[in-house]
Amino acid sequence: MSESTQELDALVHREYQEGFVTDIESDTLPPGLNEDVIREISRRKNEPEFMLEWRLEAYRKWLDMPEPNWAHINYSKINFQDISYFSAPKNPDDGPESLDEVDPRLLETYAKLGIPLDEQKVLAGVKGANIAVDAVFDSVSVRTTFREKLAEAGVIFCPISEALQDHPELIKKYLGSVVPQADNYYACLNSAVFSDGSFVYIPKGVRCPMELSTYFRINEMNTGQFERTLIIAEEGAYVSYLEGCTAPMRDENQLHAAVVELVAMEGAEIKYSTVQNWYPGDEYGRGGIYNFVTKRGACRGDRAKISWTQVETGSAITWKYPSVILYGDDSVGEFYSVALTHNMQQADTGTKMIHIGKNTSSTIISKGISAGRGQNTYRGQVKILRGADGARNYSQCDSLLMGDQCGAHTFPYVEVQNKTATLEHEASTSKISEDQLFYLRQRGLSEESAVSMIVNGFCKAVFRELPMEFAVEAQKLMDVSLEGAVG
Amino acid sequence: MLSIKNLTVEVDGKEILKNLSLEVGSGEVHAIMGPNGSGKSTLANVLAGRDGYEVTGGSITYLGKDLTELKIEDRAGEGLFLAFQYPVEIPGVSNIAMLKAAVNSLQKYRGEEELSAGEFLKLIKEKAAMVEMKQAFLQRSVNEGFSGGEKKRNEILQMAMLEPTLAVLDETDSGLDIDALKVVASGVNALRSPERSMIIVTHYQRLLDYIQPDFVHVLAEGNIVKTGDRTLALELEERGYSWIEQQVAKG
Ligand SMILES: Nc1ncnc2c1ncn2[C@@H]1O[C@H](COP(=O)(O)OP(=O)(O)OP(=O)(O)O)[C@@H](O)[C@H]1O
Ligand SMILES: [Mg+2]
Repeated sequence: MSESTQELDALVHREYQEGFVTDIESDTLPPGLNEDVIREISRRKNEPEFMLEWRLEAYRKWLDMPEPNWAHINYSKINFQDISYFSAPKNPDDGPESLDEVDPRLLETYAKLGIPLDEQKVLAGVKGANIAVDAVFDSVSVRTTFREKLAEAGVIFCPISEALQDHPELIKKYLGSVVPQADNYYACLNSAVFSDGSFVYIPKGVRCPMELSTYFRINEMNTGQFERTLIIAEEGAYVSYLEGCTAPMRDENQLHAAVVELVAMEGAEIKYSTVQNWYPGDEYGRGGIYNFVTKRGACRGDRAKISWTQVETGSAITWKYPSVILYGDDSVGEFYSVALTHNMQQADTGTKMIHIGKNTSSTIISKGISAGRGQNTYRGQVKILRGADGARNYSQCDSLLMGDQCGAHTFPYVEVQNKTATLEHEASTSKISEDQLFYLRQRGLSEESAVSMIVNGFCKAVFRELPMEFAVEAQKLMDVSLEGAVG
Repeated sequence: MLSIKNLTVEVDGKEILKNLSLEVGSGEVHAIMGPNGSGKSTLANVLAGRDGYEVTGGSITYLGKDLTELKIEDRAGEGLFLAFQYPVEIPGVSNIAMLKAAVNSLQKYRGEEELSAGEFLKLIKEKAAMVEMKQAFLQRSVNEGFSGGEKKRNEILQMAMLEPTLAVLDETDSGLDIDALKVVASGVNALRSPERSMIIVTHYQRLLDYIQPDFVHVLAEGNIVKTGDRTLALELEERGYSWIEQQVAKG
């Protein structure tokens, strides 16, 4: 019925709540990209020589690569010379030793975002949240909490720029080992210019005593954020890691091209959760973040397990396929995704599960929600190689449409080279039904709460994979994303 | 409590209810019977305010208010409850979460405090026991994978939780086995009170053995064509509807 379509349409009009700009003095490189810029980034970070060489090698490869245009998305091309590749808040040269040394406006920014950088406050926190945080502001990490406590357990959790100083051998060994430099256009660019990001190392047999998380914030105008995250879980280790991201509202598009690499050795488990809430642009499609991200994990040992859980509500364009390469026998890959697009947002997201070892198994649960004129594409690949006897995959892709101007598209690719493999695929496309809305409203719920309840129910299979605190956060985020709907 | 006067309702441009009038006083239980397609569910939907049911004539006054002016959820807030002929499934939303949201929405509408988690749990345990519903059903998604009878029982649980002033039960007895029927009936009877009125749509007189109505109405082709006491239901059971239709035709 057209009346309620309008109402649903109105439902997606909401304000982006994290859209403020922090007025802070920063040290930003002028826009432009060439070898000198890369040398300058490396110099400012006081990097070892091998790192600079690595960056330059990536840059030279990148120059020869064509920009991809195969994803189901439309956007105006990026001029890579208009972007600034490094921006840092002006700060004492060496990183802050204590909170007193962090610019109070920065602390305020993170407080506004609800991210605790004060360990005392976290400890005293009502929720009793047991979370260590690495906060990345534009190109640099401004604060990492609970490092001492983690160090006691042997866990390394620090900005990757610092790991380059303190643990160069680990970086040398693992950086680019899962996502090679020339893997794709944006990963290659990232390899050349990456600024900061988190580094996590969990030694053999250690269960990381707390949740680790990184919050990324783009503040400066015309800067790109190119963070690089590397997580290594040695034999039998376990870690749960969460990233969250926000940016101010700006009329220009900003580029975010991250690379995340996960390495899980024998019997290790890495749980990687993302709540992505970059600025999505306005209702006419002005501004917003281009979120072009490469995320991949490698189960290098038997019985290793990697789970990706993502809740994607922000960004003008999202283009990411967190993947798992299942080398070890009996290793497990999981992908749980909720992607919400409204107004003019576009998302092309999914996963790749590459089965190499015997009895490997993977699960894919994807929930796409499209509202307004949002376009939502699931693109997934399941590949069973010759030696992967007894490999199993279960895929489920559900789309929920709100209104009649949005779109949902599903592209599941399957390649099976081993006859003993079993694959199951389920897909559905539905609309929020009038019947469901009427039913809930008859019970007293406002239209807005009814829609939110139905949408949250639709996402349940994914939300329950998130760490508790973040499941609540994700649910709230969905509510906010659908706020102001009913008019 | 409820006064329907000369109500005419169109769905998709087709006139379904024609000049229908019905008065329901406080504490009264009215049964509505009538052949398939006569407009019983339409009446229930119009009362609840479903989109697409257009009132083209007449009036509905409920507790002194023009019901047609109120939004769906506000009607619920005013104490109107509809037990659905076909309860809707809501995947991923647990029964208990839905009920909590519903109870608290009504509290809010009435300007009262939300129930604490403890109060709510106590209440739902009590009511679930009343309709003999196992705790496991509370954690399951609303109506998803419920059998026909379980869905109906769930409607009665919701009614018991929301304690309506006017409850409209649309064929809640259809598809129930004898034991379930008794449970539903006793649930309904437990809620009977001088302040609470009910409209019970049914095809079977056997429900009326358990829930004794004050009035029985026959709805045919969009209008109430006969009203009597519960003996009318017995007569309908024996003779069907054709004799009434003939009477009406004769004028
Ligand atoms: N959207 C619609 N467009 C046209 N006719 C409709 C529509 N909805 C309902 N009707 C018609 O209205 C009439 C009354 O339907 P209603 O569901 O109220 O009947 P009922 O008395 O509840 O029947 P039953 O005993 O089978 O439940 C039926 O003839 C039905 O086909
Ligand atoms: Mg009916």
